[in-house]
Amino acid sequence: MELVCPAGGLPALKAAVDNGADWVYLGLRDSTNARNFAGLNFDEAALAAGVAYAHARRRKVLLALNTYPQAATWARWTQAVDLAAAKGVDAIIVADLGLLDYAHRTHPKLKLHLSVQGSATSHEAINFYHQRFGVRRAVLPRVLSLAQVENVVRHTPVEIEVFGFGGLCVMVEGRCALSAYACGDSPNTMGACSPGHAVRWEETPAGLESRLNRVLIDRYAPGERAAYPTLCKGRFEAEGATYYAIEEPASLNTIEMLPEFLRMGVRAVKIEGRQRSPAYVAQVTKVWRQAIDSLTRDAERFRPTPEWMAALNRHAEGSQQTLGAFSRPWK
Amino acid sequence: MKLLQLLPEAPPAHALSLALNAGFCLGLVARNDLEPLSGKTVSIETTDLGTRVRVVYDGIRFRAYLGSAPPDLTIRSTVSDFLALALRREDQDTLFFTRRLVMTGDTELGLVVKNVLDAIDWSRLPLPRPRS
Repeated sequence: MELVCPAGGLPALKAAVDNGADWVYLGLRDSTNARNFAGLNFDEAALAAGVAYAHARRRKVLLALNTYPQAATWARWTQAVDLAAAKGVDAIIVADLGLLDYAHRTHPKLKLHLSVQGSATSHEAINFYHQRFGVRRAVLPRVLSLAQVENVVRHTPVEIEVFGFGGLCVMVEGRCALSAYACGDSPNTMGACSPGHAVRWEETPAGLESRLNRVLIDRYAPGERAAYPTLCKGRFEAEGATYYAIEEPASLNTIEMLPEFLRMGVRAVKIEGRQRSPAYVAQVTKVWRQAIDSLTRDAERFRPTPEWMAALNRHAEGSQQTLGAFSRPWK
Repeated sequence: MKLLQLLPEAPPAHALSLALNAGFCLGLVARNDLEPLSGKTVSIETTDLGTRVRVVYDGIRFRAYLGSAPPDLTIRSTVSDFLALALRREDQDTLFFTRRLVMTGDTELGLVVKNVLDAIDWSRLPLPRPRS
């Protein structure tokens, strides 16, 4: 089973490689990727350096082109595909049908992974991407139960990658308009959920307030855990009460499910967090590398250690870690 | 009032400006990346010592800011957490979730500062390496 880790810059890429990532995924400094934040990501020189660093250590690099091209700037996305091919990136992560078609026709040797933003949850959908564009791997949306993941794996020749760790959102992947509703920008169109220019944090007598385009997202009492300033994680007044009206901030941690993933033939697990620092990438990658190595040695006796759980827990957003939709005994 | 709070703000602000400007000279930071910071003041405040250091970036270099205008960006944490961030032992979002790091003001500037610091590749510094 392969470990896929995030990098928002060259130091994070090196941290991922040095701590045992098999693949590192990254984005360019524009709206072609869904972490289009100021100062984050790779320019051409950093991309070349990153690919060289990873390849020298026999690891692979993925370029995330996981947003939806806009009609007026279509060339930005095709140029990014061309750049990936020219710089020797091992595969690209794509969500948009038109861009998949372009990449498949123009660079037949460039491997294609279907982004989670493509929101393909059935083997029929995934097989369509395979037959039509030669997609090699699909990242599953975080809405499927373990039984549903197994059913997908059983009915497709496409490698299946699942999320293992990191922040969760409402998981309307590729279709969420909450950020755009409040501030006009969405991850799908310009590559950022709650972009920095629309976010304000303010200390007030009532507590620390976060606002998105002046919409109050949350107000934190002293010492209360904070969350990313996204609409889905806010507390709102609804029918006379103030509470998490959409979802409570939570982090996914599926490390205890690794034996199940292995048994059902999941090809790779992915760590969320291109916006996080090299310290996070190093610490989280290290734990997951140890876990996958332990699993490979003896899947029967695999048990997450308290040290792993503690190391992962401290990086979690929100006050709870969950198994997400994977654990859903009911049907 | 703590003793440290009685000390003048200027010397540490000058020292921080020098250190930041050294980042340009050594090729660790590209001025392009800091363009959004032009003309902006940043206040770095320690919650445990009660001290603050303010700098302004003029598009070419940082210098101490000793005026009275409110800062465009304020970053607040403890000395030990600032140190852990600088040494890349801590992730800023981890500290932010647990309220150990607070950024107020212009969030876009905060992201620029954070991401530019995270992108510094210290291995590019021509430091003498220990002999094996």
